[in-house]
Amino acid sequence: MNKTGRTGERGKLLVLLETAQAKSAHISTETITELAESLDLSIGEVYGVASFYSFLYTKPQGRNVIRICKSLPCLLKSAQTIIDNVRKEIGIQPGETTPDGRFSFELTNCIGACDKAPAMMVNSDVHGNLTPKKIAKILKAYK
Amino acid sequence: MEKRVVLKNCGVIDPKDIASYLKVDGFKALKKALKLPATQVIEEVKVSGLRGRGGAGFPCGLKWELAGKAKGDEKYVICNADEGEVGTFKDRYILENDPFSLVEGIAIAGYAIGAKKAYIYLRAEYHFLLDLVKNAIAQSKKKGFLDHLDIEVREGAGAYVCGEESALMDSIEGKRGEVRYRPPFPPTSGLWGKPTIINNVETLTNIPRIILNGAEWFGKMGTEKSKGTKVFSVSGDVAKPGVYELVLGSPLRELVEDLAKAERVKAVQIGGATGRIMPYALLDTPLSFESVLGAGAITVFDESRDIIDIVGKTMKFLAEESCGKCAPCREGTEVMAETMDRLARGEGVEKDIKVLEELSETMMLCSLCGLGQAAPIPVVDSLEHFRGEYENRIQQS
Repeated sequence: MNKTGRTGERGKLLVLLETAQAKSAHISTETITELAESLDLSIGEVYGVASFYSFLYTKPQGRNVIRICKSLPCLLKSAQTIIDNVRKEIGIQPGETTPDGRFSFELTNCIGACDKAPAMMVNSDVHGNLTPKKIAKILKAYK
Repeated sequence: MEKRVVLKNCGVIDPKDIASYLKVDGFKALKKALKLPATQVIEEVKVSGLRGRGGAGFPCGLKWELAGKAKGDEKYVICNADEGEVGTFKDRYILENDPFSLVEGIAIAGYAIGAKKAYIYLRAEYHFLLDLVKNAIAQSKKKGFLDHLDIEVREGAGAYVCGEESALMDSIEGKRGEVRYRPPFPPTSGLWGKPTIINNVETLTNIPRIILNGAEWFGKMGTEKSKGTKVFSVSGDVAKPGVYELVLGSPLRELVEDLAKAERVKAVQIGGATGRIMPYALLDTPLSFESVLGAGAITVFDESRDIIDIVGKTMKFLAEESCGKCAPCREGTEVMAETMDRLARGEGVEKDIKVLEELSETMMLCSLCGLGQAAPIPVVDSLEHFRGEYENRIQQS
């Protein structure tokens, strides 16, 4: 079965996935099935797109997603210390979510903030020139 | 010395207010272009010698000419604002400080090739710029500058490979961002199979300057094959990281030592993860398409850094970001990352160097897109300039 989907509608898939995620912080199996049906695509095709992009999640995430940049310019500015610090602060490893669902934590590739390295994103906010001292204060603002 | 052409409005205008842009000759270039036949606008860009600022350096006017001549009345302009290259943030700087010049550049491009629709593909990491960019479009539209062209912003969702033009188009079409086989090339068959031009943020920001001041003015700056200026993103072991604009052909040393204030430089990587690695001895190399350039990401490493470690981390990044469509890149980057990691851990063996060299050749020849073709460059360059570090590491193993 090689479904190409309805012309015109197909082009909206990524936008629809982004919208679904913005609503419920991840893209559920139900959403994938619904989108496949409405766009006349196979479930595999929709899942294929949902799982390709690193900012889309097929599993539930915390209310706030912390992404620390692990690319070279940040690593040169001691990003590892920041990673260790966040790990200690919220008590989880990269790839995990806190039991209270407040934070998910992951490492990401270059976020284009190398002039403010080391840098991280919390949700869509970029925080740069990080120091271990700043971490607790920054995270406090995210409930 | 810095020369602000692309960045001339950055820090001067209010990026939220079109009135401040109009005060600095904003949209004068578009008005001028709309009075000319579209072919003449393309000719002006062609004569200027402007080449793509996203890394590949393809002549911009030629791209436009091909798309302009292509048959069909449905054509597209895409602005590539997906700068994911490690160490690059110059497009962010342009978007943050002067989104109007970009909108004007897109408007001129649309008129030149006869497109009615344009997309700005903004990387997910720059979501915080979405409102600013949308506002610039809305204000331009309200003032009547976009009567001929609809500009829509599409957001990426976190994929380095989507900065590659064919993967980017697949992403806009709602698919996995995997690269396409070519030919056909975008100017004849691009987005949804229609004639399409894809230009980088900086390339398009050059357009209003060229149209307003003329191709001749632009051609006076730079070298024979690299006209104009280039915006660089400098980071790493420097006292003053940031965005600098220089006339093409300026020496690397000026950027790294004079402007960004680097000291005890061991090596510089130019062009991000797939960029060339230059040792300190080559610091007087001119920055141009004839020598080295890429998208202008400059990462500086001082004498305390370990080249094996740097190249290893770079290969790990490329292995993660390979789209996986073609085997040379998918498997090659994995093997390289694994080999470099082993070398770094002190578990390298004699034949590792030979394997890396052979693999580099295969990947450069057989990969489907620029990612895989350029991925071995850091390995090749470091083996050329820092071979001793590899050999010592293996001997100590």
